[in-house]
Amino acid sequence: MPPMQTQSITQKLANPTVFMNLSGAILPWLSGAAAIMIAWGLLIGFQTPPDYQQGQTVKIMFIHVPAAWLSMMAYVIVAVSSFGLLVFRHPLADVSAKAAAPIGAVFTLIALATGSLWGKPTWGTYWQWDARMTSVLILLFLYLGLMALRSSIEDETLASKLTAVLALTGIVILPVIKFSVDWWNTLHQPAGVIKGGLDPVFLKPLLISAVGFSLLFFALHMKGMRNEVLRRRVKARQLKEVDRAARQGAPA
Amino acid sequence: MIPDMGKHAIFIWSSYAIMAGVLGALIAWLIFDGRRQARLLAQFDTRRSKN
Repeated sequence: MPPMQTQSITQKLANPTVFMNLSGAILPWLSGAAAIMIAWGLLIGFQTPPDYQQGQTVKIMFIHVPAAWLSMMAYVIVAVSSFGLLVFRHPLADVSAKAAAPIGAVFTLIALATGSLWGKPTWGTYWQWDARMTSVLILLFLYLGLMALRSSIEDETLASKLTAVLALTGIVILPVIKFSVDWWNTLHQPAGVIKGGLDPVFLKPLLISAVGFSLLFFALHMKGMRNEVLRRRVKARQLKEVDRAARQGAPA
Repeated sequence: MIPDMGKHAIFIWSSYAIMAGVLGALIAWLIFDGRRQARLLAQFDTRRSKN
């Protein structure tokens, strides 16, 4: 009986060559769509009237909230990719986890910095060790820890597995961040966007901006994955050359 | 086109500047890294075709 020739979409995408061809075609369109949506969202956002409580500082929301959402979404991608590596040994899972970590760290840094700058005129302080802010700071350290752990181990296979275990352990931070405003008495206000607490005049630009930044995130993640695939190809060739040189130089 | 941000302008513009600066640096790093890896790969392939 001949072997099965059919492949699922996941199996096809697991092939780095297929991924490189597909992502090479998608990336320019994704980047363009992200730029248009971000520009559109921020343009509308800048035309909104001042909030009755927060005044013009409400405009920080159009970058702070998408960055905060994406800081957590990036970690979900890191964790799911890590699970894919440990359980299914998906060839691109580790590539995805490695590429998502620095992007997640950048969005977390933006969320913290813009939140701090929003906090000063709103709460009267740049920083407070409350549950929401502290848990997001821990998320940033978690991203930095993942990157540091990976780069500190020379054996790439071992580094990938240990980083994946840490990433899966660290996922506990996500519900803490999400529900910190409900579980503890925090300076940070509870989530109001999903629950309908935001005026439509602010909601529209916020959602457009969030879609734009999400598209940007996926474009950056795709670009990071492409770079990592290229880096692994370079490394494979380097190892092959070293191996060939060693065989040629070895005594008969 | 750009409204007056009032007394809190410094906080608003600083937020946008940080966002643009950090994201800009990330995008530049990704583009630079991609070009570097592609160049290294091309060098290996050129060397292999010569041998």
